[in-house]
Amino acid sequence: MNRLGPSRVTRTVIGVVVGAFFAIPLLSTVLYTFRMPDGTYSGARWLGLFDAHTVATAKPIWTGLGNSLVLCLVTVAIVLLLLAPTMVLVNLRFPQLRRAFEFTVLLPISIPAIVLVVGLAPIYLQIGRALGTGTWTLAFAYGITVLPFAYRSIQASIDAVDLKTLAEAARSLGAGWPTTVLRVLAPNLRPGLLAASLIAVAVVLGEFTIASLLNRQVFQTAMVVVQKQDPYLPAIFTLLALLFCFLLLLAIGRAARGPRKDRP
Amino acid sequence: MTIDRALPRTADNMLLSGSGDGTRVQLRGIEKSFGPTRVLHGVDLDIAPGEFVSLLGPSGCGKTTALRVLAGLEHADRGTVLLGGADVSRVPTNRRDIGMVFQSYSLFPHLRVVDNTAFGLRRRGVARRQAATRAGDALELVGLGHLADRFPHQLSGGQQQRVALARALVTEPRVLLLDEPLSALDAKVRVQLRDEIRRLQLRLGITTVFVTHDQEEALAISDRIAVMNSGRIEQIGTPEELYLRPRTPGVAAFVGLSSVVPGTSDGDTVTVWGMRLPVQPAVADGAGTGESTGAAALSGAVEALVRPENVRVHPDGGAGVTAEVEESTFLGSFRRTMLRTADGTILHAQHDAHERLEYGQVVSVTLAPEPVVVRPVG
Repeated sequence: MNRLGPSRVTRTVIGVVVGAFFAIPLLSTVLYTFRMPDGTYSGARWLGLFDAHTVATAKPIWTGLGNSLVLCLVTVAIVLLLLAPTMVLVNLRFPQLRRAFEFTVLLPISIPAIVLVVGLAPIYLQIGRALGTGTWTLAFAYGITVLPFAYRSIQASIDAVDLKTLAEAARSLGAGWPTTVLRVLAPNLRPGLLAASLIAVAVVLGEFTIASLLNRQVFQTAMVVVQKQDPYLPAIFTLLALLFCFLLLLAIGRAARGPRKDRP
Repeated sequence: MTIDRALPRTADNMLLSGSGDGTRVQLRGIEKSFGPTRVLHGVDLDIAPGEFVSLLGPSGCGKTTALRVLAGLEHADRGTVLLGGADVSRVPTNRRDIGMVFQSYSLFPHLRVVDNTAFGLRRRGVARRQAATRAGDALELVGLGHLADRFPHQLSGGQQQRVALARALVTEPRVLLLDEPLSALDAKVRVQLRDEIRRLQLRLGITTVFVTHDQEEALAISDRIAVMNSGRIEQIGTPEELYLRPRTPGVAAFVGLSSVVPGTSDGDTVTVWGMRLPVQPAVADGAGTGESTGAAALSGAVEALVRPENVRVHPDGGAGVTAEVEESTFLGSFRRTMLRTADGTILHAQHDAHERLEYGQVVSVTLAPEPVVVRPVG
């Protein structure tokens, strides 16, 4: 197919090594959830997931999962309604700001979450007074932590289309700014926007440090709590969460590639 | 009256009937800077209704900026833009009722050709079904009715620019703005589409401003050409006026092919290799003068710009200056030959096709006593 690409053997080796890197911990976790104390294997723990006792033990996980899903929504909203329009604005109207903007947006990747929390704690004291201590307010912090990842995927889409000409063409045809952004720019940035949303969801579902240090109960912190009573339950939920993310990835990938809409 | 209102709903299909009175377009004292760089130094332009005017000039001369100011995509630092006599300087692009075709392919990649074409109509509140019908008509007009259901990436460059043209015209805008729409196309398609644009423009009677750096293109399709240089209009006139009576050396050098030959001027005539040629008198009128030739003011050593058809080649020698043939190109009905004189001057001559000249052949050259434009040496 590609004469400049690596040979079939090289490709196979790379595939196997990378695959093993991901597969071994996953398989170990799967085996762990099936292994009984006497060394035999049984699906009892999976089947007993909805037993009254297990449900009671897992209650923090369900609460945390609910909180995390709300956080996902708010974080995705921040990415789509705040970051994306800002990026369009910077690229179209203030291209001279692009460097500074990129630097600022990529900063969080170099700051450890624990350092971020030191700065965030006093801010959250104020947020708590103004907006209450609801778990959803964590989304402001998550909005910052997902910035670098969301930025890269959206920018890749922006670089792939001639944003300026598309916007100017739409404006010359009588479209105002809102119509231009919603009907012309957004559909052409769809792959980037979807990828950014997916990454935001993945980051939020996997985040532990900030939630833990700010004493919010989310999916990951609940897992730690439950693990102290039942070490197998979090393993099962981890696998389910991974499956969920995998399906999400498939769905979003399909939507991004999917048939083009035939009208605005 | 400003057009600070919703765009007009156009009910009947003027595109096909080919009426339209055209709109007068005026730029008055347009000045524009990007940062410290002054791009437009007071551009004045008055375009009659239904006229086809080209802005011609080298890259960086400000022609595209002038067009973008007209479109409202850039705001002038000073000066006014009038459409149909109304000041639209503060009216945003989307309410100026213009049609524009861009240099780069500007079709919306996610929309089918027919939806691209109907986009402007939909923005004007035309119902979906009616918009699609009219878009189909407009596509027929550019010969692409059969491609209505394709996506832009399935079309060739020439087809894409045709669709862009249909999309710009379907709303029956007051003025059509073309920003080097042909420059990305290959030579043959370029000529075809160029002629088609002109035919359509004449049929619809729409005022059109065409930006190009290709003088041949401008000469071929314009009613008038505004030659721009360094942010100013150096001369505006019909193609014939620009070619035969260029007012500045810049215009003479840019419009048509010229050979630059050294000579001595006494004001009214210039002597080149012992031949006396009349100097093109400076035309004095208002429209943006750049570096004035001031023929009368120039005397002493000058450079004269000579058109190829005024360079006569005598293969058998005789009077005139001796030159060696560097290159001779057959161009159908005529032949263009590049010659080098003993003092190193390059001369372009145009002569009969059957007059074959060989590389290295030594000939003698005379200049026809037609008026030439002169400029200071250097």
